[in-house]
Amino acid sequence: MEKVHQKEAFGLAAKDNSGVLSPFRFTRRETGEKDVRFKVLFCGICHSDLHMVKNEWGMSTYPLVPGHEIVGVVTEVGAKVTKFKTGEKVGVGCLVSSCGSCDSCTEGMENYCPKSIQTYGFKYYDDTITYGGYSDHMVCDEGFIIRIPDNLPLDAAAPLLCAGITVYSPMKYHGLDKPGMHIGVVGLGGLGHVGVKFAKAMGTKVTVISTSERKRDEAINRLGADAFLVSRDPKQIKDAMGTMDGIIDTVSATHSLLLLLGLLKHKGKLVMVGAPEKPLELPVMPLIFERKMVMGSMIGGIKETQEMIDMAGKHNITADIELISADYVNTAMERLEKADVRYRFVIDVANTLKPNPNL
Amino acid sequence: MVDRSNAFGWAANDESGVLSPFHFSRRENGENDVTVKILFCGVCHSDLHTIKNHWGISRYPIVPGHEIVGIATKVGKNVTKIKEGDRVGVGVIIGSCESCESCNQDLENYCPEVVFTYNSRSSDGTRNQGGYSDVIVVDHRFVLSIPDGLPSDAGAPLLCAGITVYSPMKYYGMTEESGKHLGVNGLGGLGHIAVKIGKAFGLRVTVISRSSEKEREAIDRLGADSFLVTTDSQKMKDATGTMDFIIDTVSAEHALLPLFGLLKVSGKLVALGLPEKSLELPMFPLVLGRKMVGGSQIGGMKETQEMLEFCAKHNIVADIELIKMSDINSAMDRLAKSDVRYRFVIDVANSLVTDSSAENLKEHVDHGVSITSRF
Repeated sequence: MEKVHQKEAFGLAAKDNSGVLSPFRFTRRETGEKDVRFKVLFCGICHSDLHMVKNEWGMSTYPLVPGHEIVGVVTEVGAKVTKFKTGEKVGVGCLVSSCGSCDSCTEGMENYCPKSIQTYGFKYYDDTITYGGYSDHMVCDEGFIIRIPDNLPLDAAAPLLCAGITVYSPMKYHGLDKPGMHIGVVGLGGLGHVGVKFAKAMGTKVTVISTSERKRDEAINRLGADAFLVSRDPKQIKDAMGTMDGIIDTVSATHSLLLLLGLLKHKGKLVMVGAPEKPLELPVMPLIFERKMVMGSMIGGIKETQEMIDMAGKHNITADIELISADYVNTAMERLEKADVRYRFVIDVANTLKPNPNL
Repeated sequence: MVDRSNAFGWAANDESGVLSPFHFSRRENGENDVTVKILFCGVCHSDLHTIKNHWGISRYPIVPGHEIVGIATKVGKNVTKIKEGDRVGVGVIIGSCESCESCNQDLENYCPEVVFTYNSRSSDGTRNQGGYSDVIVVDHRFVLSIPDGLPSDAGAPLLCAGITVYSPMKYYGMTEESGKHLGVNGLGGLGHIAVKIGKAFGLRVTVISRSSEKEREAIDRLGADSFLVTTDSQKMKDATGTMDFIIDTVSAEHALLPLFGLLKVSGKLVALGLPEKSLELPMFPLVLGRKMVGGSQIGGMKETQEMLEFCAKHNIVADIELIKMSDINSAMDRLAKSDVRYRFVIDVANSLVTDSSAENLKEHVDHGVSITSRF
């Protein structure tokens, strides 16, 4: 067991780029004066976790304890903590720290701080690597803790801490949250299904854009989308050309931007939140002749994340989840790779993650 | 209706793009029209793309030219804001539907039925020909007044190049706060005017270029604050994340990744050059830095007039090389190699001559049309 800090912890870690997760004992720091310590109840499995355990982005260091959709109950707070107390339901998303002084930080956009530290796989100030939420407890600076509204079920709220803020932030920033607007959501997975729910709660008309008919019924009848468009059907595409104010594109596979740009009205905005590894082909004519834009976005700032989850509380927005036990996690990762989940796996950490007595 | 107006210009007849003398017809002056005797016409890179059919939409013969300055010689009875003898301009568009959302917002350039000055067809079936010619007849809504302070020759390129950079500077918020940092990629017809207009808006301007060739004049003559050579990897590294906006005027295929690196978080890249193929868009910088790529084309008529007044007020004109009509083909060859500082302008009134002009006059007289009706 790696013994750097004082408090023992246990979780699931990937040991190499096979990505297979197995029990792992490690340590976390003592509760510092500005820290909040909480027992992890649930942790969502984000597609980024899959990319990271397999080192698909080339930045993983092992052992890697993933998980950045973490919710739990506060067990201890540091002497200078003012915003939280023991017993409260809290969460941590993708960030645990930032520099606090750059332009991004002062504007509440810690996610764009060049020195931001992510919840797992990043070097912390004490030179240790951060470990994420596939673990029994977390300790985190008060400034990066999110309060979970009382009325939200914790397991289904967990994915909002990454998926939720990832779709919420650009909708607000790019003004795609006005009632009556027509928003397209490309891809109906972890991000996409939450995107539909938030867009509907904002009062917009929502069309889901997908490569197959398969998910039409649930997009419309269960998630509340107004329309469903199969991108491989030329007639459906033609009828929808020039009808959307904005499109939230959650797809990380390589795909055609030309088709999506065609669906936008003049001045329409195509927001990319899935991050394809390879560059995409950018047709410049629609940008120039119809003043359309392509923009990117990545999670959101802390204040904005709190705002997002408060809105979720008000509108009863949660993710559609499949609750799994800790020993199912590798199978879940395999199914996630095939997009075989409606729509987020969430690990029942408190009830199923046990320390391995043999380690 | 018999078309009794006659006109003369230079046209390209095929994809070789070679221009040669060409006789054609303009419509008669109608109640909404302004007839313009053309004095000068700028040579825009789009003219070159069109005559060589780079975009695959050219219908020959084509008389190019959409940076036109001249004198109004006749105005229709419904025309109030322009009178005979006024100095006027015609830019890239000569018609729109007048009823769509874009037209109602003074954004005729984004009207789905917009009619371009050349290589287009009007609703009455006429094929439109551009300003490399002696006369043009245009609906008054698409005729601009040239402010007193602007010279006709060096002011002509503003009608395309000027509005093409002015419009996105306003639309993408570059002029809202002073002191923002604008990068201008490419120092040609569009780029050099972007530097001048950017400086007039109070922006800090860096020219981004493939070679250091134009550094001295970018700074000393055009007023840029700094100059960045993209092949200098140390300088590019030092400039990482320093620009609020980049105006990309380059139409040749080029890499966007290094330009995105120059942008700050939430920075905006505005593409103005029209490449033949799609560009490669790297997604990580967009997503990780909340960056954006948008486009823009020319501007509406109201905005174009506003731009002309702005340029007159700030003494902004294009840097031009005045040429004769007969030099147009060698000018096009030089333009293809970017060998011009920074816009060719054809001295139409003084150099567009036809050998058969005497015959034309005779034809007019035979048909009972007086000589002055040519203009």
